[in-house]
Amino acid sequence: MIASDIQIVMPEILLAVYAMLALLGAVYTTKDGAASLLTWVTSGLFVLLALWIGVNGQGTQQAFDGMFVDDGFARFAKVTVLLSAAAVLLMSESYLKRRGLLRFEYPVLVALAVVGMMVMVSAGDLMALYMGLELQSLALYVVASLRRDSVKSTEAGLKYFVLGALSSGLLLYGASLTYGFAGTTLFSGIIDATANDPSLGLLFGLVFLIAGIAFKVSAAPFHMWTPDVYEGSPTPVTAFFATAPKVAAIALFARVVHDAFGGIVGDWQQIVAFLSVASMFLGAIAAIGQRDIKRLMAYSSIAHMGFALMGLAAGTAFGVQAMLIYMAIYVTMNVGTFAFILGMERDGVPVTNIDSLRQYSKRQPLSALAMLVLLFSLAGVPPMVGFFGKFYVLRAAYDGGLAWLAVAGVVASVIGAFYYLRVVYYMYFGQEGLGLDGKLNPVLWTFLMGSALIMVVGVVNLFGIEPLAAAAAATLVN
Amino acid sequence: MGNILSLTTFIPMLGAVILALFLRGDDVAAQTNAKWVALVTTVVTFICSIFILANFDPANTGFQMVESRPWLLGLQYKMGVDGISILFVMLTTFLMPLVIAACWNVTTRVKEYMIAFLVLETLMLGVFLALDLVLFYLFFEAGLIPMFLIIGIWGGKNRIYASFKFFLYTFLGSVLMLVAMVAMFADAGTTDIPTLMTHSFGTENFSVLGIQIVGGMQTLLWLAFFASFAVKLPMWPVHTWLPDAHVQAPTAGSVVLASIMLKMGGYGLLRFSLPMFPVGSEVMGPLVLWMSAIAIVYTSFVALVQEDMKKLIAYSSVAHMGYVTMGIFAVNQQGIDGAIFQMISHGFIAGALFLCVGVIYDRMHTREIDAYGGLVNRMPAYALIFMFFTMANVGLPGTSGFVGEFLTLVGIFQVNTWVAVVATSGVILSASYALWLYRRVVLGDLIKESLKTIKDMSGREKLIFAPLVAMTLILGVYPALVLDIIGPSVTALVGNYDTALATFDAATQFASQ
Repeated sequence: MIASDIQIVMPEILLAVYAMLALLGAVYTTKDGAASLLTWVTSGLFVLLALWIGVNGQGTQQAFDGMFVDDGFARFAKVTVLLSAAAVLLMSESYLKRRGLLRFEYPVLVALAVVGMMVMVSAGDLMALYMGLELQSLALYVVASLRRDSVKSTEAGLKYFVLGALSSGLLLYGASLTYGFAGTTLFSGIIDATANDPSLGLLFGLVFLIAGIAFKVSAAPFHMWTPDVYEGSPTPVTAFFATAPKVAAIALFARVVHDAFGGIVGDWQQIVAFLSVASMFLGAIAAIGQRDIKRLMAYSSIAHMGFALMGLAAGTAFGVQAMLIYMAIYVTMNVGTFAFILGMERDGVPVTNIDSLRQYSKRQPLSALAMLVLLFSLAGVPPMVGFFGKFYVLRAAYDGGLAWLAVAGVVASVIGAFYYLRVVYYMYFGQEGLGLDGKLNPVLWTFLMGSALIMVVGVVNLFGIEPLAAAAAATLVN
Repeated sequence: MGNILSLTTFIPMLGAVILALFLRGDDVAAQTNAKWVALVTTVVTFICSIFILANFDPANTGFQMVESRPWLLGLQYKMGVDGISILFVMLTTFLMPLVIAACWNVTTRVKEYMIAFLVLETLMLGVFLALDLVLFYLFFEAGLIPMFLIIGIWGGKNRIYASFKFFLYTFLGSVLMLVAMVAMFADAGTTDIPTLMTHSFGTENFSVLGIQIVGGMQTLLWLAFFASFAVKLPMWPVHTWLPDAHVQAPTAGSVVLASIMLKMGGYGLLRFSLPMFPVGSEVMGPLVLWMSAIAIVYTSFVALVQEDMKKLIAYSSVAHMGYVTMGIFAVNQQGIDGAIFQMISHGFIAGALFLCVGVIYDRMHTREIDAYGGLVNRMPAYALIFMFFTMANVGLPGTSGFVGEFLTLVGIFQVNTWVAVVATSGVILSASYALWLYRRVVLGDLIKESLKTIKDMSGREKLIFAPLVAMTLILGVYPALVLDIIGPSVTALVGNYDTALATFDAATQFASQ
């Protein structure tokens, strides 16, 4: 029995063991000297694991009496998480190294965070959920303050920690209420408890659970930490925050509301719809005043989470499918965008002010073009792939009877288009100003171009992720 | 030749890719090469489109040369052409080589400029040829990106404001259409345009937030589509982006905007609003007619007081588009024939007028009317051509401008006499602003010092105008050239519309008994 359980959680175990071995190995040998190597190896391991999970996994299996679920949905989310984490690690290596920030703990912590995320998306029980979430969060708190001598970075870590702890508290409170009223922490048990007229306590538990998860997803009104943490953290860490943890958190969100509370869709639908509409508008409006591209991306990610939640709010399998497709596209766009942001520097010093992009297109026409594609994709303008993400969630929302949400969403996307256009404006129309340094390094350049190319070429068939996402969604919602 | 439509659509894109990948450097030679590549590409596209026209059978009112491939989410990549769209395709391919030739003097970022126009041509052709809702939307929206860049990078002093206004205005208009498309997709289960034309959307009255919606879902869908097309067309009162965009855009950009992009709105009304939402059109039709009448009169008055030539012509465009919407929502043979004719003819005339402004702007770098006067003394050829197009703009019989205005007025007269009366006054107003502009710029004595050395049009410039003059004249004296092609399709459109309304009326009467 236990052997088959371990078989199922093998990827997580492998990664966790690897992280600890790497930690020990580095401590007892060259310490930071091995950091570069570790980063590459970790990244490679992520890709291998993603391949393994993607190719090998089949069917729905449960481990440890249902505490851990390995199904198509979890695998889709895990592959997305692993690949995006691998991409971000690769991009961060040279940036961190040149600034003396590349400590061996960085890849190890990222690996641990990824283990946490993998547990989160596979959670079949409130305990497993919390363990995964905390493992992820604790690792992230530390990497946020990676630049120890910077006040902003330390502030980011602290802020993230305090607010994260608060959200964990909410989540735990919700979990305990749910446990108290359902009599079990297993999702399969909770869904039975909600079958006939859920009690008020259970609904309270649901609301607190959602609030706690919304913190992690950075959905408004639980978004406050996002801009500060994004701004304060070293840029590679910001890139990481914007990608893998978001996928994991939103997948967890879907897991909880569908696996545990799938019987009372009507009760959480309105909450999710509210989170969605609030995030979309807040993200769109608050970003207008931002001049720092990292803060801008923070608000942009809040707005994007709003759109992803729109798919979830539909409460249907198609909604989950739309959400998964949206997240996959979102992650791809963000990897490219952050590759560009990581390359923004003047005399070797990173700059994040969007003014510094003045007339960038004259000096680096190709990079500027790629960024242009990504920005329009982020804004959801066809024919870029970002549009299809929006189209899927709009369709899901409309089918789910939330036509008003779809209308609100498109209005928010118009408001949001403004600040993406402003970046284009600086790159293409602006006056000459102090420019940025020349070429991006090859790794960043590859990711930028690759991501932009995907955004254009994907219009043909979205690289076939549609059926994969559909299959994944079907295993979650039935 | 099974995929001639796709071929025609994507040739410009191919040219753009070739330019982007293989053309290096920014010296004079590279710039000239870029212009030649663009010119050759657009000419090849035009030749391809002639094959489409040659293969086209006007008697067949369905879609022809259809190609279809499955795409994502049950959408299709489907292209086809019918009597309503074919002439817009021809207009686009015909004008684009002229547009490229008109920007021969550009020296900043020539390669990118050419790429933007080539990409834009692909997207515009796609709009007219797409037979799938989402594919249509894709092309329709994507056209904003190159135009945004054209205005923003190569535009005038206040180009930033104009480009943002252009983008956000039109984007807001079209996202509502996107929601409507999602709703149609959900309702009909397909995004195939020919199928949707035969699908009848719900007409049950219901209320939203306490407001009774007559015509139900059709009216809502109609409104969403109208929001998009009215902004694009543009219609009073959502026309305010157009003067800004026109004034700030470079000459070639203005030509494309006025001659082709505005027509997407009119085309959309004909392709979607009338055939798919006949009840919605009937409910909202009178409002549109009055809005058109107001647009014609109001924007003509506004045009009268303009100081800037481009702005004046931009307002005149809005007024002329008023005839288009009026003709479309008259929903009879003459009205729609006239609307399409007016759009085609306006494509030539407005394009030519913007080119006329471009000619003197290239020399004097100002568009202020006051800065000119007496140009006829030094630029006789220019004076003649400008005269010709001014008259065409006024709607002088013998030019294509007359036929379009006359047909739409005939169409509307049968439907709503009062609207016809108000709209007809626009003919006089257009004569006053156009002739006054001409007098101030071209006639009189040449007293301004700065104009004393101005040169007449070069051979290249005359060559650009020649085809436009020819088309305006030919269509003016022999309108059947256009009407024979569009006639059967328009008849079918009007027939289907009347049938759908009759069914609806019968149903409501049955319900009320």
